[in-house]
This record gives sequence, C-alpha cells and structure tokens, in this order.
Amino acid sequence: MKEGFRQAMAWLHTWTGLIFGWLLFAIFLTGTLSYFKEEITHWSQPEVRRHALDPAHSLEVAQRYLQDNAGHSGTWLIRMPNAREAALSVGYRDPDGGPRGFASKTLDTRTGQPVEARDSRGGEFFYRFHFQLQMPHPFGRWLSTFCAFIMLLGLVTGIITHKKFFKEFFTFRPGKGQRSWLDGHNAIGVLVLPFHLMISYSSLVLFMYMVMPAGIMASYGNDTGKYFNDLFGRNDAPKAAHVAAPLVPLPSLYAKVQGLQPGARIGRIQVENAGDSNARVTFTQSAADHVAYRRSANWTFDGASGALLSQGKPESGVMMTAFSFAGLHMGNFAGPWLRWLYFFFGLAGTAVIGTGLVMWLGKRQLKHAGSERLPGELRLVEVLNIASMSGLLLAVAGFFWANRLIPVGVEGRADWEVNAFFIAWGLSLVHAVLRSGRRAWGEQLALGALAFALLPLLNGLTTGQGLNHSLQAGDWAMAGFDLTALGTGLFLAWLAGKMLRSPKPMARRASRAAKKPSTETAGAS
Amino acid sequence: MTRKTAGPSLSYRLAVTSRSLAALLGGYLLASMASICIALVAPLPRVDATLTGLLLSFVVYLLAFIWCFACRSALRAWLGVLAPSVLLGLISGLAYWMKTP
Repeated sequence: MKEGFRQAMAWLHTWTGLIFGWLLFAIFLTGTLSYFKEEITHWSQPEVRRHALDPAHSLEVAQRYLQDNAGHSGTWLIRMPNAREAALSVGYRDPDGGPRGFASKTLDTRTGQPVEARDSRGGEFFYRFHFQLQMPHPFGRWLSTFCAFIMLLGLVTGIITHKKFFKEFFTFRPGKGQRSWLDGHNAIGVLVLPFHLMISYSSLVLFMYMVMPAGIMASYGNDTGKYFNDLFGRNDAPKAAHVAAPLVPLPSLYAKVQGLQPGARIGRIQVENAGDSNARVTFTQSAADHVAYRRSANWTFDGASGALLSQGKPESGVMMTAFSFAGLHMGNFAGPWLRWLYFFFGLAGTAVIGTGLVMWLGKRQLKHAGSERLPGELRLVEVLNIASMSGLLLAVAGFFWANRLIPVGVEGRADWEVNAFFIAWGLSLVHAVLRSGRRAWGEQLALGALAFALLPLLNGLTTGQGLNHSLQAGDWAMAGFDLTALGTGLFLAWLAGKMLRSPKPMARRASRAAKKPSTETAGAS
Repeated sequence: MTRKTAGPSLSYRLAVTSRSLAALLGGYLLASMASICIALVAPLPRVDATLTGLLLSFVVYLLAFIWCFACRSALRAWLGVLAPSVLLGLISGLAYWMKTP
C-alpha cells in the first residue's frame, strides 16, 4: 500500500471490498428485492384480494371497523390501499393487544371484514433484513450503515483506481477469464455509477441521526426530540377533554383534502382521541406523490367539527436536500417502468460487488493453478463467496418455498419462513465447505435454478393463483412475481451450466495466464 | 499489496493496523467535530445548521479515510485527522461559549 496515490487507493478498494463484500452483497440483493416489497407481500399473502381503489369507501369501512372495535383506544392509524398494495390496514393503540401495545388488522376493502391472511412477513422481511441484518437494535442499523459507507468509499477509490474509466468502459473482452471479469466489473460499475453513488450516500442520510449524533447533541443537548420536532414539524395532539363528541365521517374530511390538493393520494390517516371533543385527524399524502419526502404534505382537522386546523410546515432548502436523498433511496415515487429500472440498477450493484469478490479470488488463484489445494485463506474466501452469493439465492428461494408449503394454521408461521431462509443459507455454507469450488458453485446454482423456476408451478398448485389465473385476471403483481422467478431460474440455469460443463478450458486458460508475466496494473487487483 | 514470498513484515502490519484505526476512529472523530462545528457556526436556523453538519460529516469521514491510507506514514495519518479535530473543537468551543452567555 505504498508507492503512489492510485496504488494506495487500489489497495484500499481491494481490501475493504473483500472484508465487507459478502455483507454488502446480501444488503444489495435484499435491498433490491425491497423495491418490490408490496408485490412480494401480495404474493406471500394471496388471501388479500385486490379490489378497485375507492378511497372514500375504504375510509368508511375503516372508520366503521375502528369505531366498533377500538372505541376505547386513544390512537388509530389507517393505511390506505394503493395501486401496489391491496391491503387496507387499520391499527390502534391497545395496551393489551398486539406487539408493543399496538394491534393491527388487514381489512377487505369491499366487505370491511378482517382478512385472515396467512401469517407471513412477505416483502417486509427482505426490507427489514437489508438494514437490520436480523441483529438486535441498533447494531444491525449501525453495521449496515457502515457497510454503506464502505460502499461509498469503494466507489470513490474505484473511480480513482480506474480514472480512465470512460475509456475502459468501451473495452469489454469476453471469454478471457479474469480480464472479462474485470471488464464486466468496470462496465457495470461505471454504467450505473450515479445510482451507486446516490444509493450509498442516501443510506447514510437515512440513518445519520443514529450514526453521527454529535452534531445534534451539540446544538440540542439531550433534547433530541426537539430536533425531530423541528425537522418534521410535528404538532402534538392535545390531551383528551373527556367530553364525548362523535367523530366526523372520515370520507367528508377526505373530500376536503381533495379540495385543498386535487388528485392527492392519501397514504395514511392518524386519528387521536376519537369520540372526544379534542379529536384530531391527520391525513398524510402518499409518499408515491413526491420524489422527496414532504413534511408539508399533511393536513390536520378537528375531528369533532371537521374544521381544518393546520397544514404541514414548508421545508427549507437543506431539508429538501436531505428529504430528496431519502426519497430517491426508497423510490416510493417510481411508477412501474422506473421501478423496474431501480430493480435492475440494484441488481447491477449486486453484480459489481459479486464480480469484485470473484475477481479478488480469481487473481490469487492463478498463482496456485498448478497445485491441488488452495491455501487456507484463499479456500476460506472461496467458501464464503459461494455461501454469500449462490447460498443467499437459495435462502431467498427457501423463504418463498416455506411460504407456500408451511400449513396456514401453524403457530409462529412467519418465524418459520424466516427460519427456512437462514436454514437454507446455513446448509449452503456446509455444502460449500464439503464440495470443491466449481462443483459447489455449479450445484448450488443448479438447485437455485430449479427452486426459482418451479416457484410459479408451486404457486399454481397451492393457491390456485398461478400464471394461468393471474395473467387472465390482470393481477400483474402476482404474475410479475412468478415470471421474475421463472426468469431468475433460467438465468441461474445458464450460470450453473457454465460452471458445471466446462472446467477444462478455464483451467487451461488460467495456467496460461499464470505463465504469462502479469501486465495488469496494480489497480486491477 | 504485492505480497512478497516471505509475507509482509511485522512493522508493515502494525503500520497498516495503525492507519486503519486512524481512519476508523480518528476519521470518525474528525467527522463528528466537523458536524458539531457546522451545526454551531453555520448562519442558518438551528435545525438547518444541524442537518447541514450531518449531511457533510460523511464527506469529511470519506476524505479522512482516503487521507489515512494515501499519506506517507501512519504517524502522518494520525496527525492528519487529530490536528484538524482539535482545531474544529476549538472553533466549536468558541462558538458555543459565544452562544451561551
């Protein structure tokens, strides 16, 4: 790591990339899946039926349910169904019910009856995993945010290392082993570089209050709540007056919001002190309506009289900057085309990390091409590469298989889906230890190909909502999931074929390359 | 990074460890001091100044990381993160003292 700035940066790129690459791969892959969080949840809970959107009717249904079942509760929360999410969810504070004193139910938007959907975390699992890593709070968030910082560092050091990257971008030499991996790594890295920079910096912005609290403490002291109040412009609802007053019909307030902001889609509604003369109803505009998070896009009404009391405070320029990064990261505003673009960019990020890990090992394997066994540390990297990449794919497939195969009535069903994810991941690690590198890759990818390609069939057999049904009914979330699983299966089959079929030419090429004096720059390591 | 046949020497390993710690801990200290300083000094409303400090702190962390591995010795790495931290600390202290009479 001496000799020159670029060499030092290449060294930093190589080693931080190796140490954090495995975890980053998992964060990127599950994060990419999270762009289809609602669609995955829809697939995981096929019992929740999609109906045509009718916000006023949904609100009426939700209000009726909450008045009948949660009249005693001080806080209600309603999450409206939208183009991507079929569920109308209602929740209420209830010290005796639900986790953390909050009970929630999913309602059918047409009948108003609770839907008995199978117990599953669905897309929420991948979403939570990608920033909490299944670790206790707050360690998962710290670690994943640090990984994001390492990703940003990797991008910047990568740019410095390959400062001629625009020229290199047009250099792709396929079928040349290590060279092709490097070209691919660079090409994908450069092609989606703006996305990569945005996604890693914005992850830091999302959790900066957790990982960089010194600035907040310096100007707000111990009163960090004040900082959040200043930032989000919240007004606390007054205490209940204990004077009974009926809550105005929520659809009438919805109509008022539509008058104030025509065409606004509503994301959630919070009701405080329902049935009291101090009732407050806050409508928050859906995050899908803006690129940036908007603290101004909400309206608070007096729940007893129906009068508009306040609107969210406008944002300052600095806030808009931070909120834009947050919004760009989560991509709630993205329509179908942009969402697929997000998905493919996310996959590209995953691929950059994966190719980097493969290259790190490939380059060092060349030196041992003649010997039978790899040195211990290289073998360790090989095993971890296999388990963290093809193993993770098997874990994801395991989650979806568990979702369809675990009987609906089983106690702790959602936990078992998560267990299936980790058991599959653990088994793939054991398998990678037992088998040689190429065989382990090939076998795991082949199994992954089968597992993904058969998911649509499994879905059709167990729920009757297979492709024949969903395509006809125009249920694009369900059909899109099945088709994506099929496509993933075919892609993995192609990869597995490459790995299992022709180990010979690769080995020959490798030994030839080993004999040649290395012409690569230090940056290529 | 080009590993010699005998492997890197002990002093090289210690130097790399020292640089890594300078980057990780010293860099974090510098980033924190920068965010505090901006929060207290920037001529903006309190919440905006704080937010600006937070947003920029990661750029400082990044530059500190790069410095720690690009400079000529581990000692310089530590100096490069600690000296500006002390300076920012002094400015922040002064700003804090002027704000709270």
